[in-house]
Amino acid sequence: MSVVIEARDVTFAFGQTAALRGASVAVDAGEILAVMGPSGSGKSTLLHCLAGILVPDSGEILFDGVRVDAMTETQRSSLRRDRFGFVFQFGQLVPELTAVENVALPLLLSGVHRKQALPKASAWFARLGLDGLEQRRSGELSGGQAQRVALARGLVAEPQVLFADEPTGALDSLTGEQVMDLLVSAAREQGTTVILVTHEPRIAAYADREVMVRDGRVNAPDRIAS
Amino acid sequence: MSVPLTLLGLLEREPSHGYDLKRDYDAFFGRGKPLPFGQVYSTLSRLARDGKVVISDVAPGSGPDRKRYIITDVGATEVEQWLTQPVDPEPHLQTVLFAKVVLALMLDRPAAEYLDTQRSAHLRRMRELTEIKRAGSLVDALLADHGLYHLEADLRWIEMTGARLDALRKEVRP
Repeated sequence: MSVVIEARDVTFAFGQTAALRGASVAVDAGEILAVMGPSGSGKSTLLHCLAGILVPDSGEILFDGVRVDAMTETQRSSLRRDRFGFVFQFGQLVPELTAVENVALPLLLSGVHRKQALPKASAWFARLGLDGLEQRRSGELSGGQAQRVALARGLVAEPQVLFADEPTGALDSLTGEQVMDLLVSAAREQGTTVILVTHEPRIAAYADREVMVRDGRVNAPDRIAS
Repeated sequence: MSVPLTLLGLLEREPSHGYDLKRDYDAFFGRGKPLPFGQVYSTLSRLARDGKVVISDVAPGSGPDRKRYIITDVGATEVEQWLTQPVDPEPHLQTVLFAKVVLALMLDRPAAEYLDTQRSAHLRRMRELTEIKRAGSLVDALLADHGLYHLEADLRWIEMTGARLDALRKEVRP
């Protein structure tokens, strides 16, 4: 397995408050990594740095061996659009768009024609048990349905890395596990690397490996032990 | 797991031979720990002696497997009582985890490292159970969930204890 994305000795502060204090983590291609830690430990900040949303104050972020932290905002924006997928705690679907348009959004933003994008997006509805909901708007979907739509949107462009920040945090246990089951199956089929931020052990148990973030540093017990 | 009560419960569904009872027990409750035939028949003998089952007929042929067992009213009442009574909630106040943490603190050993190692082991087991759940039947999932929720409770305790180690150290090493 080769490392696809990596943080090396990353620091980041929100004003005077240090969120990351030398965080390092490497994720293999196709791996599903759970990033765990208590509230305020820096796990979401680490995810945002890895995804090129935040630029570290020091240290390096490498994706496919290329320094993400040294890219311009435009380059990072392209990277996020073309190579990365995202799923957040509250689906964050665009309320004005139908479910299928929401799923097609990453394709449309990448310049794929609507005629190609919408059928490709529609194909995800059967796959995720969302048949018949294509034309609904986000307000007409249950929490679990909306999160599955968000998952389809995160994966439709076949990203190399999917960043999932507490993707089941707003769902009940059973619905949350159904979403995780679909996420893992879809990611494995596509060979997508997944970086999953969660504070729930039951959700982390869907990953191949976990790391703990504590006080802005990463502790990776499995790697240390091996 | 109470073998006699579980066998009685299986008999309440329908009269069965010992072989059928063993097969169903292993399928639903054995989980890699099959019930020995000897234990099936010795349990059924005791249940018959105590009037909880009767032998309905003995088919021609040899071997104990030819006997067909039927639950009696006494047996059915016992199953009914068992199913309606809650299991004693076990507080697990003196677990090995607890003892290890307190001893590590007393002996000035790295308790936080122990908790990290234990967390990792728990999560590894939770991954195994999650795989069983994803690949198996609904019955497998139900059993795996039971294990997962217990492990998760331990993990919460591990997190809480980890956050209190400094205070605990002062208490056990005055």
